[in-house]
Amino acid sequence: MPSTPKKPQLQVNVRGPDKVPVILNVNRRSYTLEIEPRRTLLDALRFDLNMTGSKKVCGMGECGACTVLLDGKAIYSCLTLAIECEGQQILTIEGVSEDNNLDPIQKAFIDEEAFQCGFCTSGQIMSIKALLDANPDPTPEEIRQAVSGNICRCGAYPNIFKAATKAAIACRKQRSAKKNGDKHGETD
Amino acid sequence: MAKLIKSKLNWEGTTFERTSVVGDDEPAVWTANAQLNCVGKSHPRIDGFQRVTGLAKYTFDIQLPGMLYAHVLRSPHPHARIKQIDVSKADKFPGVRAVISSLNEAKIFSNVLQFAGDEVAALAADNDDIAEDAINLIQVEYEILPFNTDAEPYLISGKLQERQIVTSLDGHPKIYRRGNIQKGFQEADVIVEETFRTQSALHNSLETHGAVAFWNGDELTVWESTQSIYHVQRYLAEFFKLPLNKIRVICEYMGGGFGSKQSSGKWSVMAALLAREAGRPVQLMLTREEENLVTGHRAPTIQKLRLGAKNNGTLTAIDLVATINVGANGSMGRAVEGPCQSMYNCPNVQTETHSVFTNTGPHGSFRAPGYVEGAFPLESLMDELAKRLKMDPMEIRMKNYAFTDPATGQKFSAKHLDKCYQKGAEIIGWGQRQSINNKGSILRYGYGMASQTWGGGGGPPAFAWVRLNADGTAEVNLGSQDIGTGVKTVFAQIAAEELELEVDKILVRIGDTAQGPFDPGSGGSMTVASVGPAVRQAAIDARKQLYEVVGGYFEVPADQVRIRKGNVYVLDETKPRMSLQNMIRQLGEFTIIGRGARGANGYGTTVTTFGAQFAEVEVNTITGEVKVQRLVAVHDVGRIMNPIGADGQVAGAIIQGIGYALTEEQVIDQATGIILNPNLEDYVLPTALDVPSIDSNFIDDSDTDANNLGAKGLGEPPIIPTAPAIANAITQAIGIRFLSLPITRAKIFEALQKTGNAGGVFP
Repeated sequence: MPSTPKKPQLQVNVRGPDKVPVILNVNRRSYTLEIEPRRTLLDALRFDLNMTGSKKVCGMGECGACTVLLDGKAIYSCLTLAIECEGQQILTIEGVSEDNNLDPIQKAFIDEEAFQCGFCTSGQIMSIKALLDANPDPTPEEIRQAVSGNICRCGAYPNIFKAATKAAIACRKQRSAKKNGDKHGETD
Repeated sequence: MAKLIKSKLNWEGTTFERTSVVGDDEPAVWTANAQLNCVGKSHPRIDGFQRVTGLAKYTFDIQLPGMLYAHVLRSPHPHARIKQIDVSKADKFPGVRAVISSLNEAKIFSNVLQFAGDEVAALAADNDDIAEDAINLIQVEYEILPFNTDAEPYLISGKLQERQIVTSLDGHPKIYRRGNIQKGFQEADVIVEETFRTQSALHNSLETHGAVAFWNGDELTVWESTQSIYHVQRYLAEFFKLPLNKIRVICEYMGGGFGSKQSSGKWSVMAALLAREAGRPVQLMLTREEENLVTGHRAPTIQKLRLGAKNNGTLTAIDLVATINVGANGSMGRAVEGPCQSMYNCPNVQTETHSVFTNTGPHGSFRAPGYVEGAFPLESLMDELAKRLKMDPMEIRMKNYAFTDPATGQKFSAKHLDKCYQKGAEIIGWGQRQSINNKGSILRYGYGMASQTWGGGGGPPAFAWVRLNADGTAEVNLGSQDIGTGVKTVFAQIAAEELELEVDKILVRIGDTAQGPFDPGSGGSMTVASVGPAVRQAAIDARKQLYEVVGGYFEVPADQVRIRKGNVYVLDETKPRMSLQNMIRQLGEFTIIGRGARGANGYGTTVTTFGAQFAEVEVNTITGEVKVQRLVAVHDVGRIMNPIGADGQVAGAIIQGIGYALTEEQVIDQATGIILNPNLEDYVLPTALDVPSIDSNFIDDSDTDANNLGAKGLGEPPIIPTAPAIANAITQAIGIRFLSLPITRAKIFEALQKTGNAGGVFP
């Protein structure tokens, strides 16, 4: 006999509408911001953290220039409230390269000239990063799909595809080198 | 080194003469055989690192201590008078620091609003959210006035109210005549005629228009996303009645312009007024919606075109009557008549261009303005003429090939359009065109082609300064902007070539009126061809000065000094005397400044770019969907300075051309005069999924008459033939000639429903 379902405990945690402390983990660092709950993640990054690499182009989730990774998934930061991101890992273009070493995707973007004005570039790179982290060997069609939500008005798309392909190869090499290195380390 | 001359200049399809100061030490042009080490080789962007790491600071990214954020209240009506405006609630709203409207700044806010989106008021607040909240607290009572958003009534009734017609000659249209048009049609064996319509298309640069303004006493610094910092400086100086040395305009990085940022706008003035009133810096960046309403667009046109030809295909007459809807406060319509006048050899040509004022946003320059709109009717009707005469589209174009400039009778400095046709036809396999069998199939295929002419030779005035640093590095200081085309890298290549340094030893500083000399603005495919030659001259000047001092140091004549890859050689020695870095140190930290000025343009020849594009399309007859499968481009723009960048310009232009051909259209509700799709969802831009295989090719040959580089402009030419090439391919695929752009799925679907397999013409 089924037990009587428990009455769900509705946890109401009302914060705002005035400024409240919000803790964000951005690019492997923790920040405490004083922001209104209505602050979007994009505005919090740009205005409160002075990370202006993520761009505001439409503010409506139509162009992808604000793309960042939230726990590894590409999201539109203009459609996400900063307060919703507490407890999750946020990665922006500023955190893609570590110790001034360009990520293979960034390097491929320069080599293949995968941008013109550069205003959509952060978003394109973040979308490709999400793709390659999840799928190291994408097909040309998967690459197109991955950036299909990122508008490039200059029309650098053909070079973006080339850069993503090149970056995928470089990332795979980097990974297997790391793997071999680790194995080597284990046997030693 | 400077002298005053008169030089002719072709600016966006119009040639005029002006006085300029030029250098008198013009170096010999780099011919096709010139041995060059940097120029002509692919070089990645010198500022690539900044752009892929998010470090590049665009106007949108400027954040100053205490900076306020501004929002603008705009007219909801296409034509209205402000009866009353009350800003008190907004003014008192916590966090609002300044409000401007016609109440206190009547110089820029009018009480009569000419289009939906016209400025009513603006305010600045502590943050963006407060500004947005407060702007809606401004209360306005409007008296709604009668309006007209369409140029069509002008065409039907023949005449609108006087003020609705904007023309150059006191209410008369712009008229051009060559030969005798009546005689031309009398001589014709066949005449084709259609009325074509092109749409309002938007630039939608990803960085919206806007500015950051900061006052230090009576000195004003403005960051603006602009294609011409010097234009903005002059505009602000006139508005605020300030001397030029009190106004600094900066645009180091900018997120696209495509012509829309060539002219200054009220945003910089509003930002400066608010900043002055609040005593704090103000950022005023437009929203995407505002970008769609007020920053200009490619003007919609109605073009009645008539061609007459002999049975052998020889054109005898071209007659164009064009009506351009220039919107409110609009300047004259752009040169839509250009292609009819200069593309083909025809003795009898008449064009009549009317610019009509309407209650829509002001039009503006958009990548090859006028010629894009004008190429669609001409290249479509040339194909119809070929069909009537049972000729191949390429054959009829070669039959009417202009060996000399048809508009002036002058010879061309260089023209390889015939080679563009041949090469393009070969690559796409134009011969297969005849063997396509679409009978009864759902997916139908077609090939189409179109040609292009456009200026791009550049001209004075344009200036450059090159500085040699004590460590052997060099700086190129310019008043230019890099709107995304990569000119910065090209300038570094030019300087590296003449200074015999590696490209990465050159820093190019642009976009600051306080640092670089006057620049004519990044438009009209002029930058490489105008500023590039000045950079070369400045680098040569710097080198000469260095050689003279080094010659003195080693007691050899200056012409016995050489610098190669950062080392100093003298006489015939193969071993360097020392590194350039050491040398400059030996010279007591002597700083060398080389100066360059663009030389004059010659008389007697026409300097123009040419090109042809070939499209292969697949049309789904059930859904109306068009897939552009392949686009082959062959352009003739003189020397190619940086191949990877050049290919990027072609691909980008073609992708914008695909949008113009198939999906992009600003839609205005005729009943209310309101724009229905001021966003990136409903205004349909090409995405990654719409990109065909693009094959970019050049007839890479120095145009020795153009300038000392032998290079011409490339930003605009490749967008001109894309839409007509696609339209012609669609016509081959389904037998229907579309007379209006964009050729949307809905239009194709409807046309197929109406005409079935019979083919025909669809408006």
